[in-house]
Amino acid sequence: MATRMPGAVQQIIRERRKGLLPLLKKAQETEGFLSRETIRLISRKLRVSENEIYGVATFYPQFRFQPPGRNHIQVCLGNACHVGGAPNFMEAMKIEKNLAHGETTPDRKFSLEGVGCLGCCAIAPVVVVNNEVHGRMNRVTFMRLVESLDSPEKPS
Amino acid sequence: MSASQAKPKARPARGERVPAPKTRVLVCESTACASAKSAEIRAALEEAVVRLGFGDRIEVGFTGCHGFCQKGPIVVVEPEGIFYCQVKPADANEIAESHLAGGQPVKRLFYRHPVTKEAVPRYEDIVFYKNQQRVILRNCGAINPEKIADYEDRGGYQGLEKAVTAMTPEQVVEDVKRSGLRGRGGAGFPTWRKWDICRRQPGEEKYVICNANESAPGAFMDRSLLEADPHTVIEGLAILGFAVGASRGFIYCRAEYSLAAKRARTAIDQALGRTYLGKKILGSKFHFDVEVFEGGGTFVSGEETALLSSLEGSRSMPRSRPPFPAVEGLWGKPTIIDNIKTLACVPSIISRGADWFASIGTAKSPGTAVFSLTGKIANSGLAEVPMGTRLSTLIYDIGGGIPNKKSLKAVQTGGPSGGFLPGGKIEIPLDFDSLQEAGSIMGSSGIMVMDEDTCMVDAARVFLSFTQSESCGKCVACRVGTRHMVGLLDKIASGRGAEEDLAKLEKLGRIVRNSSLCGLGQTAPLPVLTALKYFRSEFIAHVADKRCPAAVCRELVTFRIIPDRCTGCQMCVKVCPTKAISGPRSQPHNLDQSKCIKCRSCYEVCKFDAVAGEAIIIVS
Repeated sequence: MATRMPGAVQQIIRERRKGLLPLLKKAQETEGFLSRETIRLISRKLRVSENEIYGVATFYPQFRFQPPGRNHIQVCLGNACHVGGAPNFMEAMKIEKNLAHGETTPDRKFSLEGVGCLGCCAIAPVVVVNNEVHGRMNRVTFMRLVESLDSPEKPS
Repeated sequence: MSASQAKPKARPARGERVPAPKTRVLVCESTACASAKSAEIRAALEEAVVRLGFGDRIEVGFTGCHGFCQKGPIVVVEPEGIFYCQVKPADANEIAESHLAGGQPVKRLFYRHPVTKEAVPRYEDIVFYKNQQRVILRNCGAINPEKIADYEDRGGYQGLEKAVTAMTPEQVVEDVKRSGLRGRGGAGFPTWRKWDICRRQPGEEKYVICNANESAPGAFMDRSLLEADPHTVIEGLAILGFAVGASRGFIYCRAEYSLAAKRARTAIDQALGRTYLGKKILGSKFHFDVEVFEGGGTFVSGEETALLSSLEGSRSMPRSRPPFPAVEGLWGKPTIIDNIKTLACVPSIISRGADWFASIGTAKSPGTAVFSLTGKIANSGLAEVPMGTRLSTLIYDIGGGIPNKKSLKAVQTGGPSGGFLPGGKIEIPLDFDSLQEAGSIMGSSGIMVMDEDTCMVDAARVFLSFTQSESCGKCVACRVGTRHMVGLLDKIASGRGAEEDLAKLEKLGRIVRNSSLCGLGQTAPLPVLTALKYFRSEFIAHVADKRCPAAVCRELVTFRIIPDRCTGCQMCVKVCPTKAISGPRSQPHNLDQSKCIKCRSCYEVCKFDAVAGEAIIIVS
């Protein structure tokens, strides 16, 4: 890159690149995940290669590349929650629903994500279902919660 | 849109108190309390107050975090300072009718002392708060974070006003120097020195950044602070901008903290409206703009150079220093990155004076520190105490000790990459230097308390797995070394370890510590190294006797049903995912060890829901 570029030009390029993370975030908020088409579009608009965008997006755990299920379950795996038994929730989902981190069930009913600390350590272990925080869970109450989402009386 | 903007009302001159304060009912609406439906509680209270005809006399409002999330949702009635905890939406009516209408506070919802079980009605009498000194969190829980007037009433923006109208940038830096403020991000670098280097850099284009990328599990003070008192952070950042000559600032906040980011944006809009930000701040020649940047939620982004990469739209990886960001930072321009808690100290230092700040805490580490107490402790939450306070004071006086009559085994300070201190070392004063001497760090100021039921091998593994998965991958030592260390710990925890694995772990730990570029790699092995140092016998038990003394490590324990205690309630039969438990109703059940996958479901359901309770035990 030329080092002697006029300051104003440089500023435009920087701001454009700085917009990458917020744009990816916005795209994921609207679409639920980052599709190939979205990334291609962002690549064209920002003039950053698709490769580079994938490089950045895959670095950050918040970005998904597959559509989430109708019930998106996030299990906090921060230390306080881990000690409180959060890995058990992941295991229970694997056994009961054959679902692992980052996956969605074939019927798109559930998707599961193990996430870093959500900062609710005082009410650990914490599970977030469709952006609603549930604290002080254990394996049994967690599975009851999942089943309640599954039941036909409470359509999502 | 905030309430203050929607409904302008006359307010007294800044700093003055309202003469006859009317009754205010304040509901905490931070993330943890909101998860327990505090918004519904507020709506129910509002409805009840209107129904009882007190709409004009009693104000129902909300605040940010009180730091006592464990007892949430919290409702405080001012001016008496009555503190209700674990309130449910259904309790709103009783509070309104009995307390607000009848003058009889609802005793049932008072906080109870964890040991004496005595009900404590008033906020300031609760041991958790009584022993705290709040400088950084001074407004948290006391103001409505979406009302700028609340902040102004408590002396807000006076520091900024004093700085821009009556001081030079040199004087501001000088004040910060005299206050002795050290960076609250963990390393404890003298704040003024960074500011001074940046101030002396030539050029117009400089940046200031508030680091609120708190990703350390177990620490939530940054979230609480930004949610409960965003104006303090903005004021601190603006003063920093004035001191170093920057006209643009960023609040780098974690993506997961959406409420914090939203409150910060609301606060920025309000500050712009009152010329605390923007062009010609408070009539001076100083221009300053702030924007909130939501990062990608990685632990390493808290490292200052990694934060810069993230802000520039790249993978969040640290760079080698020098050049330090104060000389070459964001886009190659001089940049100051200060932790959010450091910035929250600044307005008070300017408005109340450097000497006042320096008089708190110890000579080498002045001021206060915010600790988040988590783990096996009676009162978990945020506690702010003067630097140099003893760890035992924090755990026993503020934290209320270890619950369930268990004994203290270890304390981890400094978040996931901090070292473990054994129970015998808890008389240590909490400041940057003392902690370092004891082999731990101030770090993120997360304090994790562990009781006798904790297995240190497992704890070391949990913490190291976190840093291992958060390693950005730039340095081989950190990327590969931590992976091998986790592998070794897995081996030990599953009973396949050998005695020489302990020496291997120590050697690897030293290599990772000494040859990583940033703080993440340099501190990642600390939990393992200190666990090996202070709790070696437990590691020996795992490798030599193939036993887990605390009965935690899954492959070394068995689940048993005690026939005498089991009433045959069938709760465990229902929850067992592999049908390992069988037995007819009302008769002691059988547990088939060959089918048991040790998932703890039966143990948990027996402990909390079953008729007998605790008929299932875990033994090693």
